Amino acid sequence: MITAGIDMGSRTVKVVFLEELKVEGAPQLKWGVKGKHMMFPDELDMDVAADKALADGLKEAGISREQVTRIVSTGAGRKQVRFADADVTEVSAGARGAVFMCPSAQTVVDVGAEEGRGVKANAEGRVVDFAGNEKCAAGAGAFAESMARALQLSLKEFGEASLRSDKSIPMNAQCTVFAESEVVSLIHSATPKEDIAKSVLDAVASRVCAMVRRVGIEGDVILIGGMVNNPGFVSSLKTSLGIDHINLPDMPEYVSALGAALIAADGRA
Amino acid sequence: MIANYGYKDGAGEFYISIDTDKCLACDADRACLTACPKGMFEIITDDYDDEVAAVKQQFRRSLAYDCTACKPAGGYASLPCSSACTPGAIKHSW
Repeated sequence: MITAGIDMGSRTVKVVFLEELKVEGAPQLKWGVKGKHMMFPDELDMDVAADKALADGLKEAGISREQVTRIVSTGAGRKQVRFADADVTEVSAGARGAVFMCPSAQTVVDVGAEEGRGVKANAEGRVVDFAGNEKCAAGAGAFAESMARALQLSLKEFGEASLRSDKSIPMNAQCTVFAESEVVSLIHSATPKEDIAKSVLDAVASRVCAMVRRVGIEGDVILIGGMVNNPGFVSSLKTSLGIDHINLPDMPEYVSALGAALIAADGRA
Repeated sequence: MIANYGYKDGAGEFYISIDTDKCLACDADRACLTACPKGMFEIITDDYDDEVAAVKQQFRRSLAYDCTACKPAGGYASLPCSSACTPGAIKHSW
């Protein structure tokens, strides 16, 4: 059996295909990833983007549409996936996928392009407690991306630059727009780019940390979402949370899509 | 599950927490739906197929303003939503 999860994020569309495994002598290995695909949609119609992402994903994975028995959608645009059999929130999908990737994790930190959230999950990947921020974009990846642009750095350079700074410059503005003004002021006062980058990532981490503290830290912590690829943010988050280790999964952007595919396999949604 | 709806901004943390496990056997007859003067609550089917209370999407970004009238300064001794929810599922963070 093959199931699919499709994560209609605010920036990208991710698809994961999950295949039932029958490994002799290893009954615990029930599911394996058959294929994955990420797409940056170039049109506003999310349903068209979903169709294209699924078609491209199927082609890449070398499977046909008929082989996929069940599809579950998640993410901000989950309701617009016409071909999905069911949809689940990104909170449930993220928790299910994260616990599958790291079974010892109970605290899931999900930082995507437009939203960040803290989730507490049980051993089965079921949500116990969650908190997001419905209003503020400053605790999410798009804010870091916008600040990187202001500093004329790529996201990779931005993350690496922050690691070279040992200064702590507080960013007082809570709002993305005002925070950008603060960054511009720092640029004009000839503050090194490294220090500004660290200040921005510390600010994002501090906002994410507030949501995580709201649900409380239990068990291992796992970070999912695109910001896993930013080593500066990972370092800032560790400091904010006051912990030495954060689990960073392979294919972090796909964890919610993986969770949706697992929920499709469970037949739950 | 404890669902925290709301946000943190420069003015503080504004979350309404709903312990959805307590919604499953609601003995208050879903009183939250009518207790809130602004009708901010709704019953949804969550991802685990349970019928639980939630804060409507359109209010989640403006709780600090929408709930002001029910705070002590508005003349209420206790919050109508929390008082009506006898199982004690609804709490405000501020």
